[in-house]
Amino acid sequence: MIGGPQGSGINASAEVFAKACSRAGLRVYANIEYHSNIMGKHSFYRVRVDDEDVRSYKDKADILVALDQETLTGDGDHRRWATHYGHLGEINEGGGVIFDSEIGFDPATAKRPDLRFYAVPFMEIIKKALEEVGKGEQARRYEVMKNTVGLGASLALCDYPFDLVAEVIRSQFKGKRSEVGELNVRAAKLAFEHVKQHENAKEFPYTLKPGGEPKARILAKGYEIHAIAKLKAGCAFQTYYPISPATDESVYLERQQREYNLLVVQCEDEIASINMAVGAAHMGVRASTATSGPGFALMVEGIGFASITECPGPVLVMYQRGGPSTGMPTRQEQGDLQFALHPAQGEFPHVVIAPGDLRECYQDTFSAFNWAERYQMPVIVLSDKKLASVYTTIDKLELRWPDIDRGEVFTGTEWTAVDAKGPNDSGSQTGHNGNGNGKMDLANVKEYLRYAFAKDGISPRSRPGVTGGRHWITSDEHDPDGHITEGVEMRVAMMNKRMNKLKLLQKAMPQEQQYFLHGPKDADLTVLAWGSTKGTILDALKALEAQGKKINFLQCRLMRPFPAEAVGAILRSAKRIVSIEENYSGQLAQLVQEQTGVMIDQRINKFDGRPFSEDEVANALAKVYDGAKAEPVVTHVH
Amino acid sequence: MSINAPAKPLTLKDYKSDLHNDWCPGCGDFGILTGIQMALQQLQIEPDKLAVYSGIGCSGKTPHYINGYGFHTLHGRVLTVATGGRLSNTDLTVLALGGDGDGYGIGAGYFVGAGRRNADFAYIVHNNNVYGLTKGQASPTLSKGKKTKSMPEQAIQDGINPVAMAIASGYTFIARAYALEPKYLASIIARAIRHKGSALVDVLQTCPTYNDLYTKEWYEGADLPEKRSRLYKLEEKGYDGKVQDPTDEQEMIAKKAAAVARSYEADPIPIGVYYEVELPTYEDAVFQRIPALGEKPLVEQDVFHRDVTPLLEGMR
Repeated sequence: MIGGPQGSGINASAEVFAKACSRAGLRVYANIEYHSNIMGKHSFYRVRVDDEDVRSYKDKADILVALDQETLTGDGDHRRWATHYGHLGEINEGGGVIFDSEIGFDPATAKRPDLRFYAVPFMEIIKKALEEVGKGEQARRYEVMKNTVGLGASLALCDYPFDLVAEVIRSQFKGKRSEVGELNVRAAKLAFEHVKQHENAKEFPYTLKPGGEPKARILAKGYEIHAIAKLKAGCAFQTYYPISPATDESVYLERQQREYNLLVVQCEDEIASINMAVGAAHMGVRASTATSGPGFALMVEGIGFASITECPGPVLVMYQRGGPSTGMPTRQEQGDLQFALHPAQGEFPHVVIAPGDLRECYQDTFSAFNWAERYQMPVIVLSDKKLASVYTTIDKLELRWPDIDRGEVFTGTEWTAVDAKGPNDSGSQTGHNGNGNGKMDLANVKEYLRYAFAKDGISPRSRPGVTGGRHWITSDEHDPDGHITEGVEMRVAMMNKRMNKLKLLQKAMPQEQQYFLHGPKDADLTVLAWGSTKGTILDALKALEAQGKKINFLQCRLMRPFPAEAVGAILRSAKRIVSIEENYSGQLAQLVQEQTGVMIDQRINKFDGRPFSEDEVANALAKVYDGAKAEPVVTHVH
Repeated sequence: MSINAPAKPLTLKDYKSDLHNDWCPGCGDFGILTGIQMALQQLQIEPDKLAVYSGIGCSGKTPHYINGYGFHTLHGRVLTVATGGRLSNTDLTVLALGGDGDGYGIGAGYFVGAGRRNADFAYIVHNNNVYGLTKGQASPTLSKGKKTKSMPEQAIQDGINPVAMAIASGYTFIARAYALEPKYLASIIARAIRHKGSALVDVLQTCPTYNDLYTKEWYEGADLPEKRSRLYKLEEKGYDGKVQDPTDEQEMIAKKAAAVARSYEADPIPIGVYYEVELPTYEDAVFQRIPALGEKPLVEQDVFHRDVTPLLEGMR
């Protein structure tokens, strides 16, 4: 774990270390906690490394690198209400603490006699590295290298090969910056040697060895995976308004614009973002946007608009964060499930899917474009802060999965694709507006109708500009032409047509993408959860299994249309059910109760803005397993 | 905008849909609809290459009466949907329509945003000082202290100046016309469509049902002793709002200032082109960044065979 003020580069050193491990064949799970602040406030990065797959963080680290006093003891000394109490309590028995000797910390005050403390003269080391290249007087300019010094020092403790890290540092400073790279390597090496000479560094209990053969793995963050899935799925138009923690995805895509012929538009607000994407989707391009809760709150009218107009999109990646209102902009919460399910006025079809890890982020974001076009409705991919910023190893992305499916498209001038039969617009002389009382025989209509009642339930869309495919779209209720109607039969037929598409979609979607039962079929306790808690729960179950506890885990992924029958069947056969969610009220539990009639009485919730650790889930589940009542979890306070 | 003239000349009828019209008799919207159709006919724009976007309100229904691809969107958001459409298919002629409440009230943020972008479309605002479809409340262009017959009290907020707002936002073509003079209106709309960039045509319009202040007779000056029109055409007074040299910042500032000054003239009210300048559009900037989009529109690009291997390799 490395902690320091924002702007001090803790993420750079954590990620260098993560890469050095991943390239050597190890599995990595790294996550950052940071404030909504540009510079100065406390942030920290955990890097968990193992030979086997790791999908969560643990409560305690083996080594802590502290770039400032606050990392050690918290902010209670300068804040009326302490935000945290430092990380000294989050170090394993006998672990090591490396800190900048300049801060003048007295280890005796830590009350952790089991820990080994290493006061490292960060600035002296930087100065020494600079002196070697004749720049000794510029040390303050290179203060940012403190993070590298911390990294080098920690490598000495865990006895990880220094060269593996040096190689990563060098690869990150190429060309003109290679000189700076060398300087960083040198500073890290000096710190490494400084700690190695330390009497106290011998026989440090926590060591790390490179893995076996380096695997063809990548280290990725969730926002990158969402973005790459969009690129691969043929997304041509992305809109956004800056908002944490969703912005990274759009900026990443913006960087790829020229290479991939993708247009990224920064909008004046999220209302513009969603509606511009709707305009693009209606024009026939695969369009998408990305936002977080406050932005989503502005977008809602566009979702209803896209749905009533049977727009082939857009795809919306929604990065949940701590709410309500501005809430906790950079913190984790699964608080927007019910909001995503019910975003706007009236009743309309849309898809909500919640991937559980990076591979699922890829699959669901990719599939979302197919569903959007085939079923002509907006698709919400419910991601979150944790998935967006987690930095983890992936074996192999299945980039060919699935194929591109653009749905039914009217391309020619011939009216052959569909059966135009439908109800008469009973209130209308001409079939429009409900002004008259005549009838219109739709069966005899031979021209293209955008909202025709097709045999398979989906009206082929046409691309504006195509000859013969001319049509209207309107946010009002409409007839097959796309003109406004208030006729009763037409209203009922159009509602049925739109809502029925959800059934078609659910029927066609692979089951494993809708829900998945992890673990033994027969268990004493069934965990019900969704989204980014997946990895944490799987890691915790592994630990609990070793203790002989028989627990399985029903992961719900497709939230709308909800696979009520299958989920209900699994839950009805479960002995006991407990939900685990990073929100206050148990929003999936509510959804399941509503959809299946199965009551979820035991709910483990966490709403402190931090994701569950493996230990928190394991401890909470063990208690419930042993018959205790589920209680809310709060991140280890002291 | 690219205008492809078809083999057989298109007539006015080719731009009319067969939908029954439900505006009030004598509505100024009829004049605007006719003006738009006349302009489209003058420019011989193929209905299949035309995308007409609108907001919500009486004016929002306009696309349904025009033969072309019609997009009747949301209240205040017409410019956002139109921009998304325009940028996705730069081969189409894009028209955006809406009311004064739609564009200058609930949509004011998007009015400003569109001006900053200068994407290529013409935006026609039906400006009748009232919210007609909700039965005559004060719109953002009704001045403080005014009261139409449909309002229980005088307007407590002041009206905005659309021309000045358009100047400040960056529109590159700004004009005003009168709904009941469709021929002149058509000539202005045609110029707005031909203009490369965001063009605003603010159309002064009567609402015979709710606005008893600014009626046909009022515009004609029937109540004035000299019975003169309350409108005058800018060009007839020797005014020329066109910037001759867009690289000449001083000329541009002077023309903007002149346009704003004219926009505050209340009696008579100037109609015609207040301001016009040829500047690079949003599309031009996009084409510079992504040259492929200059060759064929986004919607025709093959984006389904992208090789993302280099991105993944960078994550090793």
